[in-house]
Amino acid sequence: MLTANRLIDGTVLYWRGGGWVETLGEADVFAEPQTADAALAAAKDFVTRNVVVNPYLFEVKDGRPVAEREIIRAAGPSVRRDLGKQADV
Amino acid sequence: MYRYDEFDARFVAERTEQFRFQVERRLKGELSEDQFKPFRLMNGLYLQLHAYMLRIAVPYGTLSAPQLRMLAHIARKYDRGYGHFTTRQNLQFNWPKLKDVPDILAELATVEMHAIQTSGNCVRNVTSDHFAGADAEEVEDPRPVAELIRQWSSLHPEFSFLGRKFKIAVTASGHDRTALRYHDAGVEIVKNSDGRVGYRIYVGGGMGRTPYLSYVVAEFIEKPDLLAYLEAILRVFNESGRRDNIYKARIKILAHTLGVTAMRDRIEREFAEIKAAGTLEVPEKECARIEAYFAPPAFADLPETALPTGGALGDWVTSNTHPHRVRGYTIVTISLKPIGGVPGDASHEQLDGLAALLDDFSLGELRVSHEQNLVLPHVRIKDLPALHERLTALGLATPNAGLITDLICCPGLDYCDLANARSITIAQEISKRFADGARQHEIGDLKIKISGCVNACGHHHAGHIGILGVDKKGVEYYQLLIGGSAAEDASIGEILGPGFGEHEIADAVERVVDAYLKLRQPGERFLETSRRLGLEPFRTAAYGEQRDGAD
Amino acid sequence: MALIKNGTVASDPYTDVADDAVLPAGPVIVSLQRFRAERDGLLARNTPVGVRLAPDQSPEALGGDLDRLPLVVLEFAKFRDGRPLSWARLLRTRLKFTGEIRATGDFLYDQIAFMVRVGFDAFELPASVTPALFQRALGEMTLVYQPSTDGKKTIRELRD
Repeated sequence: MLTANRLIDGTVLYWRGGGWVETLGEADVFAEPQTADAALAAAKDFVTRNVVVNPYLFEVKDGRPVAEREIIRAAGPSVRRDLGKQADV
Repeated sequence: MYRYDEFDARFVAERTEQFRFQVERRLKGELSEDQFKPFRLMNGLYLQLHAYMLRIAVPYGTLSAPQLRMLAHIARKYDRGYGHFTTRQNLQFNWPKLKDVPDILAELATVEMHAIQTSGNCVRNVTSDHFAGADAEEVEDPRPVAELIRQWSSLHPEFSFLGRKFKIAVTASGHDRTALRYHDAGVEIVKNSDGRVGYRIYVGGGMGRTPYLSYVVAEFIEKPDLLAYLEAILRVFNESGRRDNIYKARIKILAHTLGVTAMRDRIEREFAEIKAAGTLEVPEKECARIEAYFAPPAFADLPETALPTGGALGDWVTSNTHPHRVRGYTIVTISLKPIGGVPGDASHEQLDGLAALLDDFSLGELRVSHEQNLVLPHVRIKDLPALHERLTALGLATPNAGLITDLICCPGLDYCDLANARSITIAQEISKRFADGARQHEIGDLKIKISGCVNACGHHHAGHIGILGVDKKGVEYYQLLIGGSAAEDASIGEILGPGFGEHEIADAVERVVDAYLKLRQPGERFLETSRRLGLEPFRTAAYGEQRDGAD
Repeated sequence: MALIKNGTVASDPYTDVADDAVLPAGPVIVSLQRFRAERDGLLARNTPVGVRLAPDQSPEALGGDLDRLPLVVLEFAKFRDGRPLSWARLLRTRLKFTGEIRATGDFLYDQIAFMVRVGFDAFELPASVTPALFQRALGEMTLVYQPSTDGKKTIRELRD
């Protein structure tokens, strides 16, 4: 999957179909490295246009991030379940 | 405390507008992220795991009631209702929006606060002793010197693009509460043999990937020469510090590569020139002007008063008070380490609640400690029961200051973009294990410090027991360190062995503590036992079962 | 690229010459390496010579020749590398250099006020900084805490 932060407020964003969504569950999963790289290249355009910063790819398995870091990033602080994206669910 | 005059106020106001223009240009795309980043960091603004994070300076850890109310207001209006006190006496908000930050800074400026140089490769916010002005042992109040350094270092034209950050601490007490020897430069206020007050200067301390304790470069610098000497240190660092490798860029690497003699020679050469020019000499008049702001408050002439004993109040008094230099007064530590809570966090209700009791109970002052607690420096002993009641209502009366559950902990992977592992969850687990008050008192003075990565914001090298979170293929592991100290008996902890899993680390800590209880001699603190016996008994305790299996 | 000298747009009489290029007539700027290699010839031309220093080259390397140079160019390889700020200060204090100190390379609008304070008096402006912006940069912070080579009154002096 592909993620970035929105420049103006820092919100964590995920890539879906050429644009951005705010929750991991709605985002595109790339099965092939080529499509992932193509999305990352397309995301760079949003960097140039000062919409997002720091886009990068991360690994998922069965729709769930592999690294703890991405699990926390997608949900919010594990020590404050009332904050972050998990609070909006 | 220090009050801005018209010049300080205008300086901060202009700085805010300068940052507003930087944000404007960033949003318009006139500055790229790479260009903007050093400038936002110089105003304490990070982009973290979930959002931006704004680090607000609490110079030398002193706060007033209006400032606390402003912090509470910002937490409500621009953030998510709470702030986090850090190991460098600062306060962080975890959820501000970039577009709001100039307005936040403008609001802060109305109460003489800012975020200047709370990050970035520049001279950082100066820290000092949280018991300043109240401690019985200090040579003099260290805060005027810290304020002098704050002004000199603010937007320094030569030293705002250093190879790496530069942290300065100031202490005036034989009991170091500033982690002085872990700073890039340390200023210890001392008296020489003639009884004159001056400064002993340390250089080259730091934590991070390669920890070092600083060494003394100057035994006694005269008062008017302090800024000239610091400027000399910074010039040597700016010219000769490494810039090829971020992990080798701090002055600790330069200082320990050159060695004390060569380092001192380099500094002395610059110092002689700066001193001769005379422009940085601190006139007595300016010292007196700043010192006047820190004149002791109007203490009442109180009779000798015994500390209250017994019950919850007595437990709290035992652990959370410290002798005051004035009869009838005491220093109170407000623990921000509720059992199972997030170390260093305070809600907007708590910030407002504290503001409301400052005038009544502490002559208007609050302090922030590098151990992520708050301090009421001037409390009448007879007010302790009433104060305890008020703090209890605010959820701020945890009786654990200086005990094992009073642990230091960085935000870790729950918030931080640099972290490799969570640290708060580990702190919470350990805190719950040792929740029992009697057990905590039996264990005594034991400092646990937890970092979620090698950058060491949680001071793990300096913990009697340190814990370092690492990442092994996306899974969190934790290394144990033993024998560190950030106090006057400073030392760097040693790694015990291979890391423990997320669910094993609290058990390992418990086994190490149990081993200490068995091995200690009467009156011996954990640190002393570990220094006497070395790592081996603790290694055996921590890894016991696995080892038995392997033998 | 505009050259600002002593606060105003100026024409540049110098040609910056690469190490392997033939020296043109008229005033030239050469690297420290070339200056060292061709010192006698360069100084004998009787036309102004400026020396360009990389961020890791201290102006102390110029030694006594500094008296014969009207210009030292300090290069910012990356705007984050602040060593040239110390080199400029060094030139104006210990080395008592009174000639032109010119900034070139990667520096930003946000650094110009600092640079003026430590002794730079000429700027090869990057594309992002117009002469109007240059002036604006100098007015952002009207107060300073530190004495520096620009002689600007500090806040402490204003308090007296």
